[in-house]
Amino acid sequence: MNELIALSASEQADLLARKDVSSVELTQSHLDRIAETDGDLGAFLHVSENALTLAAEVDAARANGIELGPLAGVAIAIKDVLATTDMPATAGSKILEGWISPYDATPVARLREARMIPLGKTNMDEFAMGSSTEHSAYGITRNSWDRTRVPGGSGGGSASAVGAFQAPVALGSDTGGSIRQPAALTGTVGMKPTYGGVSRYGAIALASSLDQIGPVSRTVLDSALLHDVIGGFDHHDSTSIPDAWPSFADAARIGARGDSLKGLRVGVIKELNTDGNQAGVLNRFNDALQLLTEQGAEIVEVSTPHFQYAVAAYYLILTAEASSNLAKFDSVRFGLRVTPSGAPTVEDVMGATREAGFGDEVKRRIILGTYALSAGYYDAYYGSAQKVRTLIQRDFAAAFTHADVLVSPTAPTTAWELGAKLADPLAMWLSDITTIPVNLAGIPAMSIPIGLADEDRLPVGLQIMAPAREDARVYEIGAAVEALLDAQRGARFSTLTPEYSGGGR
Amino acid sequence: MSDITEDTVRHLANLARIALTPDEVTRLTGELSAITAAVESVTEVATDDIPATSHPIPMENVWREDVVADQLTLAEALTGAPDHDGSRFRVTAILGDEQ
Repeated sequence: MNELIALSASEQADLLARKDVSSVELTQSHLDRIAETDGDLGAFLHVSENALTLAAEVDAARANGIELGPLAGVAIAIKDVLATTDMPATAGSKILEGWISPYDATPVARLREARMIPLGKTNMDEFAMGSSTEHSAYGITRNSWDRTRVPGGSGGGSASAVGAFQAPVALGSDTGGSIRQPAALTGTVGMKPTYGGVSRYGAIALASSLDQIGPVSRTVLDSALLHDVIGGFDHHDSTSIPDAWPSFADAARIGARGDSLKGLRVGVIKELNTDGNQAGVLNRFNDALQLLTEQGAEIVEVSTPHFQYAVAAYYLILTAEASSNLAKFDSVRFGLRVTPSGAPTVEDVMGATREAGFGDEVKRRIILGTYALSAGYYDAYYGSAQKVRTLIQRDFAAAFTHADVLVSPTAPTTAWELGAKLADPLAMWLSDITTIPVNLAGIPAMSIPIGLADEDRLPVGLQIMAPAREDARVYEIGAAVEALLDAQRGARFSTLTPEYSGGGR
Repeated sequence: MSDITEDTVRHLANLARIALTPDEVTRLTGELSAITAAVESVTEVATDDIPATSHPIPMENVWREDVVADQLTLAEALTGAPDHDGSRFRVTAILGDEQ
């Protein structure tokens, strides 16, 4: 493997700044890697035709002494949920096949302003509904660590692209864990910002009160650098938080120095630290707690009694919001139109279009959401779920009076075999129990790789959670843990990837 | 809480404008029954004294200056349309024969 693409985004940016390498060379290396590996991996739905042109423009600007941002010339992959003016945005659905947006999503516009180089659009479960990237209308994505396994979802494309060194960083979206869970299953880093921390303008909505756009990377610093680019207030999004944010890259650099853990109160969530987790996942989690203790952190157990209702509440709120959001795919203004024979009315055309354009999981969730919102059931389902949301926020608020950060395994298991959970949608939904409460409460959380499970040698993720608006704390502590683990193994986690040394399985 | 029948699913599919096939109606009837049974637990703790949360970070009165900005041109708005006449989206009949 080309040694340039094994570097982190931050290291690549340093080489670019010193003019030791050109953006054209770096971009070409990633495009070559995609060409070599993606037939098998299936991470990309579309590869940009403009990448090398944009890279050459950045190189020219640098040669002319124009001041550039820290990630200028660095390549990035974009989850297909984000609208892009020079590439299609399908959200993994046939109903949007080939659709090109007349405007860029705000996070995309910001990475263009930062002169980053979009490489292409990554695969995802259709409209981000799924935990395995097996519900895309355009085929599956395989796990970058083990090609017989799922990469998690819905952002399996972005996670596997970064895990397989096709791109140093990527954008994801996280409604119930779609950034963090794929990060855990592929041994990469993924961050869900505070709700409102990154604009949702131009992100094809799944559940508007839960969705957040965030970074995917191989190191904590790289996610922080990308978050600094895409985050902050945007008047196009009425839920965008107007506060000024600190530099997350600075927070990560402070964390990596090593004294952030001393005296830190780390809350272990009793309800997520159970035998329901795979043994190897729990072992690595306990190792991480041991490491934190050795560094002077204080481990406290906290209880969040209402988490047992979180998955139920989440799937009621998500499906209710999704059934409303997806009403826009009506065959009139954009996307697919299927016209039945005879003299169909516009309603007949809508029905036929949505029948043909949506996959099974999308139909299942729209029907459930329609049910949850229908007269006679609204109070019992949607209304009750919103009250559970309040109880979960209170659980978090109480826990954060005892702890500075909360931790849990990011996912109860390592990556499972392709197809293993497809027959039982409910079982797939239940596997999101560790990540869902964070979205219901709107708080920031990150997954970082902490080792390999003993029984299957697959990556395990640690989830680090902080109170709303405390994203910087997540980066600081995440970088501190990462630095300790890197020092312990004498190398970055990504060097353990089977194909890093050519031995892909 | 309620018995989901094939008629229920057909009604919901009509509300959601999805022309489900008979096989899909049968399958979804079974799935929806199992799923609603699994999510009904939310009613156990949702007592009258608990306020509902609709958005995680509450914000009120989010305004901007009332000036025209960031508008799509007519051509841009029509670029993704399945059918149009140059200035309007074109669709089939709104009303059927029986209406």
